[in-house]
Amino acid sequence: MTREELKQLLTERFPDNAVDDAGQFLQIQVPASQWGSFALFLRDTAELQFDFLFCLTCVDWLKHLTMVYHLRSTDYRHELVVKCQLDREQPVIATAAHTWRTAEFHEREVYELFGVQFEGHPDLRRLILPDEWEGWPLRKDYEDPVNMIKL
Amino acid sequence: MYRETDIIQTIPGTDEMVINVGPQHPSTHGVLHLVITIDGETVKKVEPHLGYIHRSIEKMCESLSYRQFIYTTSRMDYLSAHINNHACALAVEQAMGIEVPLRAQYIRVVMDELTRIASHCLWWGSVAMDCGAVTPFFLAFREREMINTIMEETCGARLTMNYMVPGGVMFDLHPNFQRDAKAFLAHFRSKIDEYDELVTGNIIFQNRLKGTGFISKADAISYGCTGPTARGSGVSCDVRKWYPYEVYQQVQFDEILETAGDSYARYLVRLAELRQSMSIIEQLIDNIPTGDFQAKTKAVLKPPKGEFYSRVETARGELGVYIVSEGGTTPYRIKFRSPGFSNLSALDHMVRGQKLGDLVAVMGTLDLVIPDIDR
Amino acid sequence: MSFETLANWVHNWLYETLHPTVALLVEFAIVGVLIIGLFAVLGLVLVMMERKVSSWMQLRLGPNRIGPWGWFQTVADTLKLIVKEGMTPNNVDKLLFNMAPMLVIVVSMVIMAPIMFAKGIQIWDINIGVLFVAAVSSLSIIGVLMAGWASNNKYSLLGAMRSGAQIVSYELSAGLSILVIVVLTGSLKMSDIVMAQADGWWLFKGHVPAIIAFVIFIIAATAETNRAPFDLAEAESELTAGFHTEYSGMKFALFFLAEYVNIFVVCAIGATLFLGGWMPFHIGNWEGFNHVMDYIPSSVWFFGKTFLLIFVIMWFRWTFPRLRIDQLLSLEWKYLLPISMFNILLVTIIALAGWHF
Repeated sequence: MTREELKQLLTERFPDNAVDDAGQFLQIQVPASQWGSFALFLRDTAELQFDFLFCLTCVDWLKHLTMVYHLRSTDYRHELVVKCQLDREQPVIATAAHTWRTAEFHEREVYELFGVQFEGHPDLRRLILPDEWEGWPLRKDYEDPVNMIKL
Repeated sequence: MYRETDIIQTIPGTDEMVINVGPQHPSTHGVLHLVITIDGETVKKVEPHLGYIHRSIEKMCESLSYRQFIYTTSRMDYLSAHINNHACALAVEQAMGIEVPLRAQYIRVVMDELTRIASHCLWWGSVAMDCGAVTPFFLAFREREMINTIMEETCGARLTMNYMVPGGVMFDLHPNFQRDAKAFLAHFRSKIDEYDELVTGNIIFQNRLKGTGFISKADAISYGCTGPTARGSGVSCDVRKWYPYEVYQQVQFDEILETAGDSYARYLVRLAELRQSMSIIEQLIDNIPTGDFQAKTKAVLKPPKGEFYSRVETARGELGVYIVSEGGTTPYRIKFRSPGFSNLSALDHMVRGQKLGDLVAVMGTLDLVIPDIDR
Repeated sequence: MSFETLANWVHNWLYETLHPTVALLVEFAIVGVLIIGLFAVLGLVLVMMERKVSSWMQLRLGPNRIGPWGWFQTVADTLKLIVKEGMTPNNVDKLLFNMAPMLVIVVSMVIMAPIMFAKGIQIWDINIGVLFVAAVSSLSIIGVLMAGWASNNKYSLLGAMRSGAQIVSYELSAGLSILVIVVLTGSLKMSDIVMAQADGWWLFKGHVPAIIAFVIFIIAATAETNRAPFDLAEAESELTAGFHTEYSGMKFALFFLAEYVNIFVVCAIGATLFLGGWMPFHIGNWEGFNHVMDYIPSSVWFFGKTFLLIFVIMWFRWTFPRLRIDQLLSLEWKYLLPISMFNILLVTIIALAGWHF
């Protein structure tokens, strides 16, 4: 499916969600509450088949957090970026680990570095940092006077 | 006699016991820590514990300029350091809209492929060593040493080359480069047959790898596997083919696909990739055009506001660099989508129900580089 | 003057000058000292040989700093191991933990008894020599199991269990392949077996069962000594060091030494059974050639053959990958054992029909 067709399909199906065609990838903003069903829609719709989640990350915008999902269809070779805005104080979003299994590890990483809670995640524990670590290191306001050197 | 201090205890109610493989263990090739549950020799569960070499490169990059941050990635996947740098350089060039001179593109691709050969050589030696054969390791290092010497001549370093700059490469090629590279290819062409004879054809080795560590095509996609790991399961995912960068469009090479999905398929893919890499270098080495090796760029790079994603095929799979720019001199957020991280997540799925020896062999064929996973 | 006349002279002199009991005790002491000396020398030579062979196969130089061509490297290593603290970790079963290396080393010493090192040089020409070797060599597994269990370490335990399964299985094939030669010779006595090969070694006489038995024996011997490709008990990449993970210093050195002496012993047995022991190489009626061969001392023949086999086993180690535990066992129980059984049947028919020569 070409980028135009993809854009058209998504705007038809989800008129409320902003589709952004300016960047490198086609982007769509999805409310965090809809993400679970939207993920399944993307993977299971016959003409979309986004079966490959090749990047999952989070960006701290100080006012809010944004989850960024990079998706690709290995059959059709079209790509899509899905963004979900999260509340910075209580970031909660549905897990994608059951939709794309690679998300399990990536979400654990995002959980410990940004503090995002993934609902329904099979095993949400710290992956990289020690268990007793305090704070969310990749957030912009993280302070660690011992290990961080301010330039 | 039962004592409180006995550590050989089974999980209550079962015959299973928990073993720590790593962080110091000969087969984890670094400081990977696997907590495995075994029943006798059978592996029931594998749980990777990461982070022993986590340096938070992503956080570090947020305070480094666009010229500096490239070189932190050499320390991620140190075996394909040059290719990592390439991904970052591509991302910055894409953000800045820099046109890379053709000569630099050729040099980059030739260097990439040399790095890939070096990395695959090391992998070949270590997978044989994981299966218990020590000699291939030394044979592989002989070839790797030649590549390192070539690299040292041109880049000044052997492992973390730091040869890329946004807009090209740091220096021009050493005058001996073409001669040495060709001499290496002639040498390697005979040695790769020796590899086949010594290890690939060995019946013990084949029995060790065939049928172990199976992952189906659908699972490989779902687990986000890329690179030879996914291509061993028949997933066509070579970034050089599907999203060509630099001069990969102009060279003839095949994407190696095997459909068996087991360790042996992954082994064959990597071995065939060695030959493909050689053929790519052979096509390019004599045709490196004259011209600039670096584009003229400003001293301080300030990409526009926006998000940029670049990807390259490292020796392990697809490395993605996701840059969020706010228009400043440093990136606002960088995410490295490292291939090893996703490949590792499939390990548990691959080795469940298999023998302890298989776990080691499967880890070998996944070609894990720990700093690449921890970052 | 050969070793044989020297040994006889010492024996007669002792019995003439001393009371028989005292003379016997003195002989015990001499033999004990000689065996321990042989152990030390063998350990040093074999470790050095292993390093040189492996370095030769792996494009390396190997040790080359201490002494001429690095020949004193193993001496330095031994000194280091002796000086090191013999640690006994907490929470191990102390008695078994300390006893295990002793047991292993004693077993490999006892096994030396019936081996003929040269013409007439033998500690004990026991009439069940081959059986003695087969029986005693299976005792070493007890030491390995003790070490693995007493270490209180999961890797050690796994290594010991693997080693147990492996040695118990491969004993069978080794025993059956030895039996082939016993059937052909008609005697269990080492000296008889060597004498039976005066006109040709069993391997080269053209008996098919003997050739099959030799191949099986080499495989089983490699497995019994826990050498690659059957080094599952140690399996460096899987179990770090297997059953001796927790050992250090001289206790570890004893395991190490026992491993190398065991290689020597099984190769010596192989050389005696299949390659004629100290018997020189003779070809039919070539009197002149045979005469020249006889001039080479019998000890040179014996050690030459033994070290040839040791080299073959080292060659295996530095070439082959390791088998998996289930493949290891299926190789034995599904292939080697049936072939050995069939082989025994074949050789029995040959012997009964009187076709052998």
